[in-house]
Amino acid sequence: MKTLHKLSLTAAVAAVAAGTFAVADMPEEAAEPSITPRAMADALHLVMDSDRTVYTRKIVNRLAAKDKVITASEHYDDEKALVLPAQMFRYGSEMVAERAEEKPDVNFSYSLQSLWPVNKQNAPRTDAEKEGLQYVADHKGENYYTVETLGDIKYFTAVYPDVAVAPVCVSCHNEHKDSPKRDFEIGDVMGGVVIRIPMEG
Amino acid sequence: MATRNYPRLWALWIASTLIGVVILAKVLANGEDKRVFMPGPLSHGHHQIELACNACHVDAFGGGEVMEDACERCHGDQREKPLDSHPKAKFRDPRNADRIAKLNVMRCVTCHVEHQPEMLKGAGYTQPIDFCFHCHEDIAENRPTHAGLGFETCNSAGCHNYHNNRALYEDWLLRHQDEPDLLPVADRGLPGRDFGDVLDQLMDYPRKAYPVAALSLADADAPDAARSDAINRDWLETSHAAAGVNCSACHQPPGDDSEPGAWTDKPDHQACAGCHGAEVDGFTRGLHGMRQADAVGEVVKRPLERMTPADARLPMQPDAKHSALNCTSCHGAHRFDTAAASVDACLGCHADEHSIAYVGSPHHRLWQQEQAGELPAGSGVSCATCHMPRVEFEPNAWMERILVQHNQSATLRPNEKMIRPACQHCHGLGFSIDALADPALIANNFRGRPAVHIESIDMAKANEARAQAELQAELEAR
Repeated sequence: MKTLHKLSLTAAVAAVAAGTFAVADMPEEAAEPSITPRAMADALHLVMDSDRTVYTRKIVNRLAAKDKVITASEHYDDEKALVLPAQMFRYGSEMVAERAEEKPDVNFSYSLQSLWPVNKQNAPRTDAEKEGLQYVADHKGENYYTVETLGDIKYFTAVYPDVAVAPVCVSCHNEHKDSPKRDFEIGDVMGGVVIRIPMEG
Repeated sequence: MATRNYPRLWALWIASTLIGVVILAKVLANGEDKRVFMPGPLSHGHHQIELACNACHVDAFGGGEVMEDACERCHGDQREKPLDSHPKAKFRDPRNADRIAKLNVMRCVTCHVEHQPEMLKGAGYTQPIDFCFHCHEDIAENRPTHAGLGFETCNSAGCHNYHNNRALYEDWLLRHQDEPDLLPVADRGLPGRDFGDVLDQLMDYPRKAYPVAALSLADADAPDAARSDAINRDWLETSHAAAGVNCSACHQPPGDDSEPGAWTDKPDHQACAGCHGAEVDGFTRGLHGMRQADAVGEVVKRPLERMTPADARLPMQPDAKHSALNCTSCHGAHRFDTAAASVDACLGCHADEHSIAYVGSPHHRLWQQEQAGELPAGSGVSCATCHMPRVEFEPNAWMERILVQHNQSATLRPNEKMIRPACQHCHGLGFSIDALADPALIANNFRGRPAVHIESIDMAKANEARAQAELQAELEAR
């Protein structure tokens, strides 16, 4: 596999490690390419998945399902409710896309998708997404890695299973009128996180 | 065949060409009015700044990016969530690369081409109107109610709006599905203005120079030459004196050093912006004040003449043609009478069919009754009730207040954007959707009932029934 753009890797790794894009007095070693695209995607996913799990369990499930002090709703603004975990994830992803545009050395994108999406725009579109989502649904606990070309740019693409981590995941998706699947259970793979990193060449 | 030369004609041709080139070059280099170079008229939303080519054409040698930057300088913050349901960020994801190749929605000018009025499909939009097809061609599979509907109808009144789909989403339609045409009296009325109540939370309010405490005539700090009995009385009787806003607060607007500037008899909109920044921002985003917009001024680098009714494309009152627009055009110093600004000011200039029909309309009668004290505050319907609605606004991250939206375009096109901030204060949702889809009813200023019916709510109900039936069937099957 071809090496990734050195700067994009180091900057993104620094971002993951330090949680910030500001790097002061960076030692020379930090500018050396020393991470594979897969390791970078795995690291990014670990952060995303942990934050997502914490929000779903500690905020939404605790306050909306257990303590019942607030609801969570797609129309959070009108209903003065919590944003849904999927919206939380998507807004973060869109903010990353927005902020990364100012930083040409940092280049990756990610999205939450499903074979059974409530919002049909989150169904897989590319071959890699279709195969990847099917793979992580069929092979519990495994990830899917591939390379694909989109708009003349070659990407390393990783697909990670997105698992029902709290009762609210299951109840909301099973009862949503636009949900194409209504028999999810806790621990089921409900979809996947797709991470893309552009490669040189 | 022998050819003949006509040396005099050649000389004349060359001379007239040279003269033409010189004249045009002079206009291009020094002229304020460069409209002779316009390839075609500008759209309804931009013709106000047609004397400022460089408001959009910032760099004569720049490509499409320069134009995009110009669009974003004025419209950028409207194109983000939650205001925009199709923000650029959504399309930056490489998974949408094939969609961008078909219709590059990353660029404003893909759908909003200027100087080509023959391409306009309304509201500055120039693509074929069935563009939703590119991404939503399978919509009927998920929304059986949409089967057979043409993609040219997505944008019909009460339905979908590419940039802001939030106005009338399905659950909103369902929540308001059974409302009567006119809401019960107890549920009607506008949100009250609350500027005075939230002053202490506004960080940039100049409370240090002008503490919020009532002033008397003895406190007034205007030079004698600038005073008159009428001015004194008007000031004393309004909120400005009551809230400690002295003469100098408006007439000596502070410079960059925050110190009071030189006295000016006629302060401009920037003086008002010291306290009413959000209102002024709305004014300069709308058709009335966009020539004074900071975003335009920054690149044009010369003050533009203020907009006058003579510059408008809508029919205007002939005797108002040359009154240049500023805050005081409608808010009349020093009374700043908001009731007059809500109707009289509008009708002083606007003379189109809808405006003229307002007088004597059911909305106008309610307004007169409110002004006469026969109905409670907020129950009359002025021009501003609908065109400059009172909306929830976040001046900062920690508070919300009611703002009079001074950008009248914000809710004008497509007109269903007006339903939530205006119509629904008094009317049921179904009635509102139908009324705004009936051009004849709009023209006569809502004298009568809608003659058309838009099926938005019917579709939402049908979809809800389908989903509930499916859910029930699955529960029983389990």
